[in-house]
Amino acid sequence: MATTAKTKEVVINTEPFVVNFGPAHPSTHGVFRMRITLDGEVVVDMEPVFGYLHRGIEKLAEERTYTQVIPLTDRLDYLASMSNNLAYCLAVEKLAGIAVPERVEYIRVIMAELQRIASHLIAVGSFVQDCGAFMTPYVYMLRERERILDLFEMVSGQRLTYNYMRVGGVSQDVPDEFIPALAKFLKEMPGWINEYDRLLKDNEILLARAKGVGILPRDLAIDIAASGPVLRGSGVKWDIRKADPYSIYDRFEFDIPTGTVGDCYDRYRVRVEEMRQSLRILKQAMKGLPRGEVRSEVPHLIRPPAGEAYGHIEAPKGDLGFYLVSDGSIAPYRFHVRAPTLINLTVLADMMRGWKIADAIVIFGSIDICMGEVDR
Amino acid sequence: MTLALSGKDIAKQIEKKFPGCVAESAAESLLVEAQSLLEVAAYLKNTPGLDFDYLTAVSGVDYLECFEVIYQLTSLEHNHSLVLKARCYNRENPTLPSVVGLWRTADFQEREIYDLFGISFTGHPNLKRIFLWEGFEGHPLRKDFL
Repeated sequence: MATTAKTKEVVINTEPFVVNFGPAHPSTHGVFRMRITLDGEVVVDMEPVFGYLHRGIEKLAEERTYTQVIPLTDRLDYLASMSNNLAYCLAVEKLAGIAVPERVEYIRVIMAELQRIASHLIAVGSFVQDCGAFMTPYVYMLRERERILDLFEMVSGQRLTYNYMRVGGVSQDVPDEFIPALAKFLKEMPGWINEYDRLLKDNEILLARAKGVGILPRDLAIDIAASGPVLRGSGVKWDIRKADPYSIYDRFEFDIPTGTVGDCYDRYRVRVEEMRQSLRILKQAMKGLPRGEVRSEVPHLIRPPAGEAYGHIEAPKGDLGFYLVSDGSIAPYRFHVRAPTLINLTVLADMMRGWKIADAIVIFGSIDICMGEVDR
Repeated sequence: MTLALSGKDIAKQIEKKFPGCVAESAAESLLVEAQSLLEVAAYLKNTPGLDFDYLTAVSGVDYLECFEVIYQLTSLEHNHSLVLKARCYNRENPTLPSVVGLWRTADFQEREIYDLFGISFTGHPNLKRIFLWEGFEGHPLRKDFL
């Protein structure tokens, strides 16, 4: 007599629970807090909680003169102060109709591109650290970032908040030893980037952790107005330096690296390739640097005519914009920052859903945020 | 170079489609009536030739007699831009329609304006304070705060 074998399926009931992630957690890159709803190990939902670093910079700016606002912009994305300075100064110059000397344009491009490399080094370093490469690659990248900080210290005396650019110019000319030091850096840096690639590009652990993880589709990236490497990693060839050239970026030859699928690995690759492109721009800018004044004739107290201006640049983390409204007085009537990383975070929950909590850390790391800019 | 479209040209185009929707048009910007903001925004996004698929930034300004919300629109396909504005005159309970349904990027930015200016965006899926805590009194970026 045949017996029918009954297999009993074992079902473990799980129930969703909420994990508070941050604000003080090493992998949240500052004071970001996520309320992650988990089902077992799988992320069901995520709610970002902001505001732990909110200093009211937009309100503070309304009672400072246009020049006094520059140090405040340093404290937005403090890993890319030069870029913030540049974006703000360009917006004020647009508002007040101020032209800057040729030498200033070149110095600004040099600073902005050095800053891009420095910021991407931190981004890539902390990203691979989130992937599990504890400290070693990060320290390699900090080593090269130090070289850039040395260059910045040479021109501005500061290593983090430079306060270097001014409306209509820069605070002081670069010292004589700057150009030789920059030339030396440009000679050595390509070798270092190759070294990172030998270490990381085909690294099995990095591939396993980042390839195919946290995919941001092209259409969604445009819908949430992602910018910077996050947008380009999803295959959108959009870079303000090419699409809406500011300063003198239309004079330089460089490519826009893009990804194909929009996963964490693509975003990491875009950043590495962008460092190479920045080196190309730096070489051309260093060659073309003319002699001349570093400040144009700007009154001590700038009073732009009543009106408004929106200026934006391609900062390391994305499209950084400043919306300024003037009422003809010495202080901006309204100062609004279009913070690229706050807007890139809009889509974080979508990217995390369905992944394990360990992947959530990698996905978050691949966006590259700076809380100074998110919370303002 | 991103071509900044003239608000006047666009005003002519949309005035035919939605009569009475334009409040003011200048070369730099286009101010629309609050009640027709959504249909104008949808038209700007979905009309071939305009294709404003990328909402770069949303800013709020307090002009005391009114609140103004500024939408910086860009089309990645045609590389042109437009500044769209809407105003609300009610200071006690200012409201504007939310554009989150058209551009999801407005999500956090409208929450930010709600937090700092107190403008309610009707139709926003999750309208609550973003930087300040619930229970904070007042809206700091209003000119009459402090």
